[in-house]
Amino acid sequence: MTEPLLCEMSVTGRRGLRYPEPDVPKAELPGKFTRDDLPLPEIHEVDIVRHFTRLSQLNYAIDLGMYPLGSCTMKYNPKVNEEVARLTGFAYTHPMQPIETVQGNLLLMYELQEWLKEIGGFAGVTLQPAAGAQGELAGVLIMRAYHASRGDSKRDKILIPDSAHGTNPATSAMSGLRVVQLSSDVHGNVDLEALKRECDDSLAGLMLTNPNTLGLFDENVEEITRLVHAAGGLVYGDGANMNALLGIVRPGDLGIDILHFNLHKTFSTPHGGGGPGSGPVGVSAALVDYLPSPVVGIIEEAEEELPPLYGFHNPSKSIGRVKSFWGQFGMMVRAYTYMRVHGAEGLRKVSEYAVLNANYLMAKMKGTYHLPYDRVCMHEFVLEGGWAEAPGVHALDIAKRMMDYGLHPPTNYFPLIVHEALMIEPTETESKQSLDYFVEIMIKIAEEAHTDPELLYSAPHKTPVGRLDEVKAAKELVLCCGVSPIS
Amino acid sequence: MYIPHTNEEREAMLQTVGVRRIEDLFQDVPAAHRFPDLKLPTALTEMEVMSEMKDIAAANESVQDLVCFLGAGAYNHYIPPVVDAILRRGEFYTAYTPYQPEISQGTLQAIFDYQSLVTALTGMEVSNASHYDGATAVAEAVSLAYANFRGKRNKVVLSSGLHPHYRETVRTYNQGTTIVLTGDQEKVGPDAETGKLISLIDQDTALVIVQYPDFFGRITDFSGLAEAVHAVGALLAIAVNPLSLGLLTPPGDFGADIVTAEGQPLGIPLSYGGPYLGIFATRKEYARKMAGRLVGETVDNRGQRAYVLTLTAREQHIRREKATSNICTNQALIALAATVYTSLLGKQGLREVAELCYHKAHYAAKRISGIPGYSLWTKEPFFNEFVVRCPGSVREINEFLLDEGILGGYDLGQDYPELKNHMLVAVTEMNSKMDIDFLVDLLTEQETLEVSDD
Repeated sequence: MTEPLLCEMSVTGRRGLRYPEPDVPKAELPGKFTRDDLPLPEIHEVDIVRHFTRLSQLNYAIDLGMYPLGSCTMKYNPKVNEEVARLTGFAYTHPMQPIETVQGNLLLMYELQEWLKEIGGFAGVTLQPAAGAQGELAGVLIMRAYHASRGDSKRDKILIPDSAHGTNPATSAMSGLRVVQLSSDVHGNVDLEALKRECDDSLAGLMLTNPNTLGLFDENVEEITRLVHAAGGLVYGDGANMNALLGIVRPGDLGIDILHFNLHKTFSTPHGGGGPGSGPVGVSAALVDYLPSPVVGIIEEAEEELPPLYGFHNPSKSIGRVKSFWGQFGMMVRAYTYMRVHGAEGLRKVSEYAVLNANYLMAKMKGTYHLPYDRVCMHEFVLEGGWAEAPGVHALDIAKRMMDYGLHPPTNYFPLIVHEALMIEPTETESKQSLDYFVEIMIKIAEEAHTDPELLYSAPHKTPVGRLDEVKAAKELVLCCGVSPIS
Repeated sequence: MYIPHTNEEREAMLQTVGVRRIEDLFQDVPAAHRFPDLKLPTALTEMEVMSEMKDIAAANESVQDLVCFLGAGAYNHYIPPVVDAILRRGEFYTAYTPYQPEISQGTLQAIFDYQSLVTALTGMEVSNASHYDGATAVAEAVSLAYANFRGKRNKVVLSSGLHPHYRETVRTYNQGTTIVLTGDQEKVGPDAETGKLISLIDQDTALVIVQYPDFFGRITDFSGLAEAVHAVGALLAIAVNPLSLGLLTPPGDFGADIVTAEGQPLGIPLSYGGPYLGIFATRKEYARKMAGRLVGETVDNRGQRAYVLTLTAREQHIRREKATSNICTNQALIALAATVYTSLLGKQGLREVAELCYHKAHYAAKRISGIPGYSLWTKEPFFNEFVVRCPGSVREINEFLLDEGILGGYDLGQDYPELKNHMLVAVTEMNSKMDIDFLVDLLTEQETLEVSDD
């Protein structure tokens, strides 16, 4: 049975919550500003709870099984994080409270900044950006502001490898920079010759994802950052893949000038069905003054019995703020808790096992699926989802068939440089048994692709809904309840 | 710890991979920088972490310890337990973006419900799946307007009654564009400034942005402004407090082309400023130009009604540098909270809570303006927030109030030098008459002390 929409559940006169009568004299309502009709549904609490509970049961989730989405780092979201974020002192503090009343929050933010600096090898960190893409925007604006403040105004070119996430070029364009795409070489690395050709005095910088979206660590990274710096440019690091690098290498040590972290990938804060994320940005010493304002600092140093006083300060050449208030604070609390549980050793172990799990899967699968770049991978790897002997089968069919076996598909058709890409990132929180089940199913699907491809074309069969008519959704646009399509 | 491998399993896996030790997997990383010694605090057990985090949280004073009269863009409202009971379901919060619709109908239909509630509340025709917060939703309105005129109109007029953080965010976002932001530089006064804004509108204007109720709590009729904006072919964006729309005429009725909102009042904890919710709604002719994720209705191959992310071809992962925005995530879980809250309160509940805020704020305004030395700067009509002229420094008054357990209003002098000694007071259903009377008593007492000091 199809779950109804809220608007279809409404029965005139029902209500889900009652409020007390006002304990003050009623004021006169604001005349013409008083609304005649509030067309919201009228639903009982029981029906509300059942509706959303039933909806929840139509979802796949990490709490149900492995979620091997490449580039997304779908690791387990610890329950203790959820408990901590809901502590009254965190969940019920107002963002505009005097700093003296929120020293716990500010200490937490200060420490988190310090830890991210240490992990990334940076001199400064802002916690403000709401997500990875917004971290990128802050980072690219910092790059722009840095060149501008030096009177270096002709630098408008930004280099982006062809394997990069789409947010990289989109962010650069938003920031008024000219995007030039860099090709990858046969090993999946940045093509150094192509890079050298573009290193001129119009270069603002390079956006580098390392490990890249093929899951490969670019061993020329120091040469890349050296070339860009020599041409007067800056190197932006896309930290989407930091789960491979905790305690393994600090991006700042490799010459990365700016990098965003994804607390919702690397540091276990939940993805929430598409957000909230959180995208702190780390920068090198030369760029600290350009960070978004404000950042958390120590306003008065500790003295004998007294702890330090934490507060906000505005960096001198700040690009300004990128959102309201101080960032996705609830996500910071979760990430802080996660880091506190792990310590330095635990974090290194996270990356080590994330990389071990990926290499294990790659080794088990490469006989069955074509592996275009056959090297040791980092936390993820990319296979081709198709075979010459089964010409009708595409990555999409494999992905849909996986659902019948209770698995979430990998990221598919990304990166764009691999034909029929299946991008697999198991994360460190999957056990050997869970990985072995994944391999077993993937091999089974490969067999089906050759012997009974119809099973794949028509998949999924066991999910709440089958394949959707996406063309209809886009052409006859219906975005809310009870209206006719927008053509 | 969340890594399940036993030593035996690790060894077996290393053998399959064909290396001896885990360290061997990192040969591509430059040796000089490999395995740095990170200076981080030693790991704690979960039990110890819980205790430490409780200590840190206890170093804060929350709005459950204090009586809160602070608003300025974030409000202390009652959140029914149903909201968190739903949010705590792992099927929702540990799910990824619903790119695989066959196993994500829960998130997709919940977003469709959200989009439906947003259009009903704002009086607009379409809504997206949300932006990061109230500030970035306004920044996205600027991007939509700029793209709508294909970059040929370069002026955006901002009201000084738009939240200072929103204006600052819009400026940050537009450092690399040719957009000129104007309108909010002049001094503010108690009278609505629509006349001043109208005088700035010309053929180069792409967008005018106002707030309703504005940062000072005022409710203004923007229909005249909308006419002037539309007369030159420009667009009007109105940033709203969504909870106020339980009572107030929706901005769609004034002719708004875009409505944005900070969704926090709709069942989202204060949580020291985030995560919150950026609501974005518009008219259907701009549906295809709106950034961010959209959920559309369709059918599956079994003939069932179902939901899917749609118009994805305009997003960054397809369009790359030609996308109108780099937005990738939305605030799905927070949008879910707002959906649960708004549907639970429904038609009657949202009206009731909005009226409670309205009546209590008016009672507070009347009482405070009766204290010697205090007067009301905000003229009627206002919603749940108002500005009072104070006899002295807001900071000092607030320090006095804090000692008595009251979180006083926002010090407007921080953002508007002409409003030195002006306090922005917010009142919600959480403030009892007793709280308000206590505030009035303290303000009276403090004023008396000040006068006797002089």
